[in-house]
Amino acid sequence: MEQQQEVATRPIMTPNDPKDAAVLCRGITKSYGSGETQVKALRGVDLEVRPGELLMLVGPSGCGKTTLISVVAGILDQDEGECLLFGQNLSLLPQHERVRYRGEHIGFVFQAFNLIPSLTAAENAAIPLLINGIPMDEAVQKAALLLASVGLEGREHALPSQLSGGQQQRVAVARALVHSPRLVVCDEPTSALDQVTGIRVMEGLKKLAVNNDRALVIVTHDARIFSFADRIAHMNDGAIERIENNL
Amino acid sequence: MNRIALKMLFGDRGKYLGIITGITLASILMIQQPGMLVSIFTMTYSFITDVSLPNIWVMDAKVQQIDDSKPLLDTQLYRVRGVRGVEWAVPLYKGSQKVRLSNGETVMSNLLGLDDATLIGGPAVMIKGKLSDLRIPDSVIVDEAGANGRLAKPAAAPGEHATPLKVGDVLELNEKRALVVGIARAQKTFQSQPIIYTTYTRAKVYANSERKMLTYILVKAKDNEPRETIARRITQNTRLAAWTAEEFKKKSLNYMIYNTSIIINFGFVVLVGFVIGAAVTGQMFYNFTLDNLRYFAVFKAMGTTDQTLRRMILLQALLVGFVGYGIGAGAIALFAMIMGNSNGPSVNLSWQLLLTSGCAILLIVLMSALVCIRKVLKLEAAVVFKG
Ligand SMILES: Nc1ncnc2c1ncn2[C@@H]1O[C@H](COP(=O)(O)OP(=O)(O)OP(=O)(O)O)[C@@H](O)[C@H]1O
Ligand SMILES: [Mg+2]
Repeated sequence: MEQQQEVATRPIMTPNDPKDAAVLCRGITKSYGSGETQVKALRGVDLEVRPGELLMLVGPSGCGKTTLISVVAGILDQDEGECLLFGQNLSLLPQHERVRYRGEHIGFVFQAFNLIPSLTAAENAAIPLLINGIPMDEAVQKAALLLASVGLEGREHALPSQLSGGQQQRVAVARALVHSPRLVVCDEPTSALDQVTGIRVMEGLKKLAVNNDRALVIVTHDARIFSFADRIAHMNDGAIERIENNL
Repeated sequence: MNRIALKMLFGDRGKYLGIITGITLASILMIQQPGMLVSIFTMTYSFITDVSLPNIWVMDAKVQQIDDSKPLLDTQLYRVRGVRGVEWAVPLYKGSQKVRLSNGETVMSNLLGLDDATLIGGPAVMIKGKLSDLRIPDSVIVDEAGANGRLAKPAAAPGEHATPLKVGDVLELNEKRALVVGIARAQKTFQSQPIIYTTYTRAKVYANSERKMLTYILVKAKDNEPRETIARRITQNTRLAAWTAEEFKKKSLNYMIYNTSIIINFGFVVLVGFVIGAAVTGQMFYNFTLDNLRYFAVFKAMGTTDQTLRRMILLQALLVGFVGYGIGAGAIALFAMIMGNSNGPSVNLSWQLLLTSGCAILLIVLMSALVCIRKVLKLEAAVVFKG
C-alpha cells in the first residue's frame, strides 16, 4: 500500500547524469533482411527510461515495438546507435558476459506466457534463480513465496496446463521478478487475457515490480491497462513520436 | 538447470519412451549379434579347448579345421613319437557314427576314440560315472546334451516324453552294443551332434568300415623348447601338419571366417542396428529438441549461457543413452542366461563386446546431441517475443 502511494506521487524528473538512467537509447536503427525486401524496423529511436518508472510502449502493429524492447533487453543487436542499461553498454561486452548480465538484471514477461509444460508453477518461476546458479530447493522455495504474493498460494505444484491463462501469466510475472532484476520487459503481457484477468495481472505486476531501483518497459496494444503507466511512449513506423506523462 | 533438463525430458513421456526404445533395440542388435558370433566362433574350436593336456595337434596336411577328418595310418604315431622334443604322443579317433534308437531312428554322433592307456582327450567334467569306467568292455560315455537330447530314449507311446539316457543303458552304435557307463559335460560344439567317448581300440571296432583310423595325434611337447619349434620339427620329419593348440584354434577359426559368409551376415545386422539406432533415435531426439526449441529460446533470453545449454542437451542425450543401453544389455544378459542352458549357440557377453557396443551407443547419442546443440546455439533469442 505504502509503496503504491509512493509510486503514484513520485515526481517524474529527468536525471542530469545519463548514468542514472535505467535505459538510455540514442539513435537506434535496426533493419531486417537486405536489398529489396529490407524492412526498416527502427529508424533512429531515442528513449530514456528512469529507475522506478513504468513506461508503456504503444503503437500500431509492425511499428517496431518488439524490435525495440529486444534491443533494449540485449537479445537483439541494433545496426546503429547505442543503448545503455544502467550506464552499461551491453553491445561492448563479450557475448558470455552479456548473457550473464541478462540473467542477473533483466526479467521477461511474454505474450505467450512461455511456461515449460513439464515444470510446476514454482519450478517455472524459479528458472531465473537456477540460471544464476541458486540450488533447486532454495530457488523453488523463493519462487513459491513470490507466487503467493501474486495470489497463487497453494498452486505451487500445479502444472501450467492445470492453470488458467491469467494464473499462468501471474506465474510468468513471478518468474520475471524472482531474481530481483533491475529492468523488466514485457511484450503484450495482457493481450492473451480477458479484461478482468489482464487488470489483475497488471495489478500484480505494478504492486511487486515497481520500486525505486527498477524500471519496467511494457509493450502493449491494450488501452485498458494504460492507466498503470507512468509514461506512455507512442511509436510509429520505427520511431518514437511522442511521450506523454500519465499522472 | 540440469534437473530442469531432465524434467523436460521425462515430461514428454511419449518421446522419452520412444527414444529409449530405439536405443534399446539398437543395443540389442549390436550386442546380441556379435555375442552370438563370438559364441559360434568359440564353438568351432571348443573341442581343442576341451582337450587340454596335449599342446600340439598332428594331422594330415590337408586338414583345414577341427571338424575335417583325413585319417592317418597308425604307423604315423610311432614316427611322431620319434621326433626330438616330443614328450609323449597319443592317438585320437574322431568321426561321425550312426546310433540307432529304439524307434529305428538313426542319430549321427561324434565318436571319439581315446588312447586306451591314458584316456587323454576325454571330457574334463564327469557328471555320472568315472572316465576310467571306459575300461569296462563295450563301454561308452555320452555327453550331457546328447544324453538329454538326441540320444534320449524315445517315448514309448505318443504323447509321452523321451527319457534321458542313464548309466546302464545300452546304445546300438553301428549295429554294435555300447554300454553307457558315464555322462560327461563337454563344451558345446558347432555341429551340436551328441558326443560319444570310448577307447581308441574300441572305436576301431565301432567304426569297422574305416581303414585309416588315426584322426589326430595328440602331442605333449617338452618344456625346454618353444612349442612352435617342436611343431615345425614334427612337420619336417613326418610331412604331417603339426600345430600348437593355439595355432590350430586360429586355423579353425580362420577357416570359419574365410570360408563362410558368417562375418558378413552378422556384420550386416550389426550395421543395420547401428544405422537404425542412429537414424531413429537421432530423429526422435531431434524432434524432442525442436518441440522444446521455444523453451530453449526462453532460457537463452533469460541469460542461460551456451555452455549450460550444451550441458543440458548433452545430459538429456546421455541419459536416454544410458537407460536404453542398460535395458538392452540387461535383456541380452537374461537371454544369454536362458540360452546358456540350451544346446545351440549362446551369446558370449565379454566386457570387450559390452564396451564396444556401449561406445557405439555413446556415439549415436553424442551425434544426436551435437546436431541438437548446434540447432539450439544458432537459435536467435529474440524469437521469444514472436507469438
Ligand atoms: N525476424 C524478422 N525478420 C524480418 N522482418 C521482421 C522480423 N521481425 C520483425 N520484422 C518486421 O519488422 C517490423 C517491426 O516488427 P515488430 O515485431 O518490432 O513490430 P511490433 O510493433 O512489435 O508489431 P506487433 O504489434 O504486431 O507485435 C515489422 O514490419 C515486421 O514485419
Ligand atoms: Mg510485437
